[in-house]
Amino acid sequence: MESTHLLYDGSFDGFLTCVFEIYERKLNKPSIKKESEFQSEFFSEKEVIISDQKKAQRVWSGIEKLLKSKGIRIVYYTFLSEIIGIEDILFKVIKLAFDTQRNIISDYGNPHVLLLSKTAIKVGREKHRMEAFVRFQQTKDNIYFANIEPDFNVLPLINNHFTRRYADQKWIIYDLKRKYGLFYNLDKTEIIHIDFNIKNSKNDWFTLDEKAYETLWKDYFESTNIEERVNTKLHVQHVPKRYWKYLSEKQP
Amino acid sequence: MSFERIREKLNILADAAKYDLSCASSGSNRNNTNKGLGNSTGMGICHTYTRDGRCVSLLKILLTNHCIFDCAYCVTRKSNDIKRAAFKVQEVADLTINFYRRNYIEGLFLSSGIFKNADYTMERLVAVAKKLRLEENFNGYIHLKSIPGASDELMREAGLYADRLSVNIEIPTKEGLKQLAPDKNHDDFIKPMKKVKNEIIQYKSEKKIIKSTPKYAPAGQSTQMIIGASGESDMQIMYTSNYLYNKFDLKRVYYSGYIPVSHDKRLPMIGTEVPVLRENRLYQSDWLLRFYGFDVREILNSKHPNLDLDIDPKLSWALRNLNQFPLDVNKADKMMLARVPGLGITSVNKILSARRFRNLNWEHLKSIGVKLNRAKYFITCNSRYFETKDYSASQLKHIIVNSSNSKYKKAFTGQLTLFS
Repeated sequence: MESTHLLYDGSFDGFLTCVFEIYERKLNKPSIKKESEFQSEFFSEKEVIISDQKKAQRVWSGIEKLLKSKGIRIVYYTFLSEIIGIEDILFKVIKLAFDTQRNIISDYGNPHVLLLSKTAIKVGREKHRMEAFVRFQQTKDNIYFANIEPDFNVLPLINNHFTRRYADQKWIIYDLKRKYGLFYNLDKTEIIHIDFNIKNSKNDWFTLDEKAYETLWKDYFESTNIEERVNTKLHVQHVPKRYWKYLSEKQP
Repeated sequence: MSFERIREKLNILADAAKYDLSCASSGSNRNNTNKGLGNSTGMGICHTYTRDGRCVSLLKILLTNHCIFDCAYCVTRKSNDIKRAAFKVQEVADLTINFYRRNYIEGLFLSSGIFKNADYTMERLVAVAKKLRLEENFNGYIHLKSIPGASDELMREAGLYADRLSVNIEIPTKEGLKQLAPDKNHDDFIKPMKKVKNEIIQYKSEKKIIKSTPKYAPAGQSTQMIIGASGESDMQIMYTSNYLYNKFDLKRVYYSGYIPVSHDKRLPMIGTEVPVLRENRLYQSDWLLRFYGFDVREILNSKHPNLDLDIDPKLSWALRNLNQFPLDVNKADKMMLARVPGLGITSVNKILSARRFRNLNWEHLKSIGVKLNRAKYFITCNSRYFETKDYSASQLKHIIVNSSNSKYKKAFTGQLTLFS
């Protein structure tokens, strides 16, 4: 039988709407894909699904009832991994829960469930890394600004952490890979899109104090190292090289 | 204040503070409720790692490295000819706040050399914490050093502003201390530790009645011991740790392999290698005590006063107790599973969850993350194949050591060729 490709806009609501449609219309051999990632195949149907908050909410509470808080966290984190094809694995696990009417999120003997658990851990690790590796620079208009390029789409996950922590300063964390950011304006945090070319004028953006504190931080990073114990392998394991670009202490 | 002067001070006073290994920023619960700066929410964050692979979570500095004491093992000792410096209270506050705002750190770890006397020094440390909390509205993490011999009043005040307090035992035995730090008195270490412990108990009981009781050192207290400076045995070290954990409810004991900083004849020579492997084995034992339900006497006793360096302490224990194995992973209880070499607490919890759905076989265990190359000799599962041979402890040790890829393996093969 032919499979049905459901194409959605990439949002979490969109994905859940697809799940809704599959059940509502009893679709056969469904496959869920982001519209932007779809390459058409012969012998398959495709259909664009429009995100619908109400439908998404119904599916989400259905999942929550079965998988509880731990389970929905794993489902959401896994979704944010943006790994190609992850939607189909997610659907298999959601279907397993609906079919058996059991909380199967700890059934690690099932390879799909185990994959979700492992992926959620990876996304969680990236979230934690961003909470650690964001380096704000103070701009002249007194906004603390940081660029990131995380492996997974973790901005939605780190929002709370930074909003609670930096309640008395304006800040922006901008994901250059996904071209959107968070802006906290002393009142609330909003999603923003900036069209900018950082390379030309970066040095004019920041305060003189900024340069001074970056130097002090770099000095501190060097002084706190114990030469007799140097262990480069361990260092790189903890701070993988792909993150160095945005770490002030790793700049020449 | 001049930038270059601050820069010089920071270099001197961070360099002098780096031998304090603790950098934990976890276990506190200070919410940002006042629209102020920062929060500490239980989970620590390592913002970067030094090139020696240690976590950098806090701005770790001394207030000053002037010191009236002359402890042989310490780089800041009075007789050492080094540059001295001292921060002003405001300078430390400014550095902390500005580093924190840039997301470099979770907070401040402030220690100090002893100038004038214990109370005078402790008072300055408390002043920094007080300023950060009351004037700068700072809710980040603060770790203050308890100065040995400081008065109860100051220790009480310290705990009101700090998340964690620590006093370093440094030398695990009384005799060693007498030899290497003749100015210091063993009881002076114990005094602030006792005071903090009692305050924490009091805080916890008052908190039950009055919810608004001001927090007292919510992340508890810790200490550090130097390893390999005074010829102590592993048994002496771990029994001291065990005593401290039980008697003073310490959150952590840190083990710091001695880094030669002196030509003093009482100490290992400059250039002697830092005992990192021994340090690692001590940490493993510490974990077995705190998370794996082991009694210290099972790991170290008069028959085994030192830890094996070539295998970890759990494997070492298992080899001495082969009669307790193999275990059926689909039936064994949690505490016994945690004793299987190759099974960490994470794997144990995964096994407990997964086996409610089905009986697990080797494939399942492997994909869950169990280190089968060690564990397979100690467990059975839902499979017809398992290690049926009865190995002796020494045979088994030989097989496991040869099949494993320990990062320390080189050290041993290197040693062997020396003698062959």
